[in-house]
Amino acid sequence: MKELLTTLSTKLKNREISSVELTNEYIKAIEAENEKINAYVHTTFDYAIECAKRADDMLKAGDASPLCGIPMALKDNICSDGHLTTCCSKILDGFRPYYDSTVWTKLKREGAVLLGKNNMDEFAMGSTSESSCYGAPKNPRNTAHVTGGSSGGGAAAVAANMAAYTLGSDTGGSIRQPASYCGVVGLKPTYGAVSRYGLIAYGSSLDQIGPITNSVRDASLVFDAIKGVDINDQTSVDHEYGNITSQLTGDIKGLKIGVAEEYFEGIDKETKESVERALAFYEANGAELVSVKLPILKDSLPVYYIIACAEASSNLGRYDGIRYGYRAGDYTDIDDMIYKTRSEGFGKEVQHRIILGTYVLSSGYYDAYYKKACLLRNDIIRKFDEVFDVCDVLIAPNAPTTAPTLGYSSKSAVEMYMSDICTVPVNIAGLPGISIPCGKDKDGMPIGMQILGRKFAEKTILNTAYFYELNNKNVIGEYEGGVNL
Amino acid sequence: MNYELVCGIETHIELATKTKIFCGCTTEFGGAPNTHCCPVCTGQPGSLPILNRKVVEYAVRAGLAVNCTINNNSHMDRKNYVYPDLPKAYQISQFDEPVCENGYIELDSGKRIGITRIHIEEDAGKLVHENGTTYIDYNRGGVPLIEIVSEPDISSPEEAREYAEKLQLIMRYVGISDCKMQEGSMRCDVNLSLRPVGTKEFGTRTETKNINSLSNIVKAMNREIERQEDILESGGKIVQATMRYDANTDEIYPMRTKENSDDYRYFPDPDILRFYIEPEFVEKTKSSLPELPSAKLRRYIDEFKLPETTARDIYKYRRVSEFLDKAVAMGASVKNTANMIIGGIYKTLETEEDKENFAIKTSAEQLSELIRLIDEKKINKNKGQEALAKMLDTGKAVSEFIKAEDTQGMSDDELRAICEAAVSANPDAVSNIRAGKGKAINVIFGYIMRETRGKADMGKVNKIINELIG
Repeated sequence: MKELLTTLSTKLKNREISSVELTNEYIKAIEAENEKINAYVHTTFDYAIECAKRADDMLKAGDASPLCGIPMALKDNICSDGHLTTCCSKILDGFRPYYDSTVWTKLKREGAVLLGKNNMDEFAMGSTSESSCYGAPKNPRNTAHVTGGSSGGGAAAVAANMAAYTLGSDTGGSIRQPASYCGVVGLKPTYGAVSRYGLIAYGSSLDQIGPITNSVRDASLVFDAIKGVDINDQTSVDHEYGNITSQLTGDIKGLKIGVAEEYFEGIDKETKESVERALAFYEANGAELVSVKLPILKDSLPVYYIIACAEASSNLGRYDGIRYGYRAGDYTDIDDMIYKTRSEGFGKEVQHRIILGTYVLSSGYYDAYYKKACLLRNDIIRKFDEVFDVCDVLIAPNAPTTAPTLGYSSKSAVEMYMSDICTVPVNIAGLPGISIPCGKDKDGMPIGMQILGRKFAEKTILNTAYFYELNNKNVIGEYEGGVNL
Repeated sequence: MNYELVCGIETHIELATKTKIFCGCTTEFGGAPNTHCCPVCTGQPGSLPILNRKVVEYAVRAGLAVNCTINNNSHMDRKNYVYPDLPKAYQISQFDEPVCENGYIELDSGKRIGITRIHIEEDAGKLVHENGTTYIDYNRGGVPLIEIVSEPDISSPEEAREYAEKLQLIMRYVGISDCKMQEGSMRCDVNLSLRPVGTKEFGTRTETKNINSLSNIVKAMNREIERQEDILESGGKIVQATMRYDANTDEIYPMRTKENSDDYRYFPDPDILRFYIEPEFVEKTKSSLPELPSAKLRRYIDEFKLPETTARDIYKYRRVSEFLDKAVAMGASVKNTANMIIGGIYKTLETEEDKENFAIKTSAEQLSELIRLIDEKKINKNKGQEALAKMLDTGKAVSEFIKAEDTQGMSDDELRAICEAAVSANPDAVSNIRAGKGKAINVIFGYIMRETRGKADMGKVNKIINELIG
């Protein structure tokens, strides 16, 4: 694994390359590769050059941040002023917000260069990015395979060297799982650690923005830049993290790693073995493995799908064709217009989830589904609290399998939902998790493991991941295409 | 058959906060369409609401003023429904943990109308129909509202009116809203049903929406009662419906019928944290409440000894009553102040709204100064009225219109001399008076007023003239 951001930042600061030159390299790479990978659905190249020029000025003035002048991309559900942001949905066709998300405001201030918006599942609903209205992105490791989802485009862009890093969003695994499928690093921060202002909502109580990067240290650098309380997001939290990157040591002596057997049930043999090898490596190097029980994990999937869909059914009510986005061409009156706009504008998966969410909130069903899910959510939170009383981190697989081939998931929606079993629990509990590569299967597809911690324990999970990365270089192997400096 | 009325009222009141409930946009009324808007109040994708603390404070104030208990733990819910004036397709409101519960308003009869709850919520935008097209103005979207829900304790249109009027006055007194029904800052929805006298079970109710004046509450209810009576008398069934009252034609008609009750799919808004209203804050608010209308009216009658009609004419306008209290506190007599307000100031304020706004050019200090001159009999009431008229007209001080010589005391001997002169100068008038033509005395009075430049004490003049003419 390469510490790309530090390398690039050093080159930029030493004037070995200017931000404009670097940006042009990435633009060339995107122009060459995107047809194959489909990682980008909108590009902002003119704006990128503008950003790069500004960054070069900042670099010349000295005292620039480690992200200054570095080209990156945002998931297509993160708003930036004047740029297409469409959640890969026909219903947001042509939508250009007139405001910046807080994360982009922060990165822009640091001199970041925005290359464009990354492909994703429509409204982040999916695990393969195949529900995108722009077609699925392809896994750079093998383009016959999916990237995972929903932040599939962002993971593919990083894996294929088409962006130095990207920001994704994670509602039920949407950062960690595609990072795992594509062999890169994905951090899902604690709920409230990063402002959601400007993130187009899917499940508001679960959504969290986080970085997808080439290395753990890179993830930490980006997290340091985007974290923090925000007056525009009441659910953001004022937590004193300090600068995490400067505190990464890779020291795991005495670290208590929890292993819950429930996380390993129904997991593909190669994935399981790979994660277990990593666990053994930690143990051999001074960590203590603690066996813990989390039988409540089996409840996570229904709880997740009920809460996420309930919130989504309400969040997505605003897409009616009146103020922005797509509007049906032919209609008789306002009700007909809204009906047709939504029927034509939303894809199948989104419609499924809106209907499911509407159902669980309906009077007569509310108590049986939504309310019960909320009660179970509290139980899940409590159980995780108990587990973190006896260990510092949990290590588990990211997904039952490596990336399936394109088209495979469409055969069974339930099987696709099941594949989220490893990732959704931390979203329900609002905990942080990081996914890092830990091996490859017999076909060379990346295997990832996730390291989970208690609330605001980003430093601990990053440091745990950092140790593995320091001692297991190049787990996946270099990718040949894209920008290679 | 004889029917009795069962009625409850839902009142929406726009709060007079400077900014909207979830963003920093102005709440000012009017403005070019869609100019008081931002990503939050137009529900742009990715925007998030931030609850305005002032809104919670105002709701607590409102609740305490109508004897509610305050829920220390509260939260916002989403009420999901689709309408073009609602840009998020949900209204952020409160469902099961409203800020206030269990209050009441006491009517003059002593009957209490229960208040079930008061919750906070956001207003929607406004549809504007022009030239066959519909436009949407979101300026009003996100303006904070409280909804005050009464118990079905109201049993006549007059009680309904009194309840609404009292509610309006209380909310104006505590300063949370101007409660202007015409401008929509107070809107009443009347839920009404009939049942045979003596029965317990409620009949099917209808809801008459957006009644825009107090008198229309009575009119609309009378129409709806008649309509329901006619249906019931002819053996029909009341259908649950939303009714609309047309004040121009004095007719009532259904806007839409509700076959199924609406399912708003309420659930806690995940974007807004639960909030805790500290008991200390509630206590502080309670002690900061001004004297409420009912207490003020009692004080005007019991302590100020004002006639009830006078007391009511003053207490029903918050600013006027404050003006009176201030002038009195500065030493003016209650009686003369009240008379000056009703007999003088009100003459320049034609409409109810003028009186409510009470935008006059003189101050309580100035009025009090003028009234003390009258109280001390340094000038008479007529002179006082004249001066007040000029003060109201120009905004200038009392001293501009009452000169020092006007207030110099006049001895009884001086006055008697002038009176004698008046009698001898008007022999015709004197004989007319003696002949029983009482009006002739005005000639004598006129002479005296001219001679004294209006400062003669007419009480004394009357006495002297009587002695002289006999």
